[in-house]
Amino acid sequence: MNLISLTSTGVSKEFNRRSIFRDISFSLKGGESLAITGRNGSGKSTLVKIICGLLSPTRGSVAYKVENRNIDVDAVKDYIGLVSPYLQMYDEFTGLENLEVLSRIRADRDVSREWIAETLTTVGLWERRNDFVRTYSSGMKQRLKYAFAMLHRPDVLVLDEPTANLDYEGIAMVEKCADRQRSTGVLIVATNDHEEATWCAQRVVLGDHTL
Amino acid sequence: MSVTAIFALVRKDIHSELRTRYALNALVMFVVVAVATILFALRSDQPTSSVLAGLYWVVVFFTAMSGLSRTFVSEEERGTTMTLQLVATPSTVYFAKLIFNTALTFSLTIAVTALYMAVFSSTFVIQTMSTFLGTVILGSLGFASASTIIAAIVAKANTRATLYPVLSFPVLVVLLMTVMSATTKALDGEPFASALGDFQILIGYFLAMTAGSYLLFEYVWKE
Repeated sequence: MNLISLTSTGVSKEFNRRSIFRDISFSLKGGESLAITGRNGSGKSTLVKIICGLLSPTRGSVAYKVENRNIDVDAVKDYIGLVSPYLQMYDEFTGLENLEVLSRIRADRDVSREWIAETLTTVGLWERRNDFVRTYSSGMKQRLKYAFAMLHRPDVLVLDEPTANLDYEGIAMVEKCADRQRSTGVLIVATNDHEEATWCAQRVVLGDHTL
Repeated sequence: MSVTAIFALVRKDIHSELRTRYALNALVMFVVVAVATILFALRSDQPTSSVLAGLYWVVVFFTAMSGLSRTFVSEEERGTTMTLQLVATPSTVYFAKLIFNTALTFSLTIAVTALYMAVFSSTFVIQTMSTFLGTVILGSLGFASASTIIAAIVAKANTRATLYPVLSFPVLVVLLMTVMSATTKALDGEPFASALGDFQILIGYFLAMTAGSYLLFEYVWKE
């Protein structure tokens, strides 16, 4: 794991002059965790996208440093794993093919066939690895998103609605992932669920802008 | 941006297209219907080379309009845009989609050429093959370079089906006029040197369009 830190400074977002949230500031480094909570429509997923470099803030910035070296916004995605309801896998590929294809596009030389197999086993999809994703249930698709997020051993794991569509075994798998990530890297959870929010030591409540 | 990543994304698009036929079916059907319609309209008429050249590129243009936007539209419709944004830089995505669209357009022109030669065997006779090949290759590159950036723009719009040809035509009109001129020269048997001016325009168009698209693509791709 790299010595990573991320700092959000005065991040605000507006859509069509409507303010979603204002002046969100926090700082996280390895071993720390943050829960993003708030009512529906408060901008949790929007803040998640900004943290992952997928969306630009209206004001403010999110800066990443790895071992005290600033990271370019395009390189940030190499350090982040994201699970989100807005993320989809390719239905016309199998679960295994999705992971192989996406790791090749990422040009990730550290992802071996053995590691892909281990990741699929961890998320409970090994038996269904050669089935097309269009045949997966919503819970299985969510598990595949976890496999995708963890494949490149991210320093920052961002979970948006982490246990959506998951059964008890799936929830237990997510709790293990969160536990492991908290001890080795940065964990960020965006959720409405009070139980999930307790996984994290810090909390930002959108709508209140408090930390 | 790495070449490995670019070609991995191109391979993904090819495999995906072969499995879903998302664009292929539309392209093939449009080509067949368009050529058949022209055949019925012309009947036993002997059109001039300039008319044939124009009709050839009309088929290519409208077939491209029905298919080339799908490289980005399919990612938006299936919700895989965010997935791609997480694994690839904007420049990787741009060049991969450009290569895929170029291959698709080139295959399309080959198919249209084969159909034209079969259906209009007495009139569509390529006298200067080198000019025709150069036109098809440079025309495909030009079509792909313009269509890729426009497809990326309209993929995020609501009325993408109508917006794509509306945005494309003014951008492609220079290309269309040039390829029709060069194709006419190929059909008339004019020497290769007579088409050099057209090739200069096509090369300049491709380079300018690609450079401009590369610089703008990041702002189009990211929200």
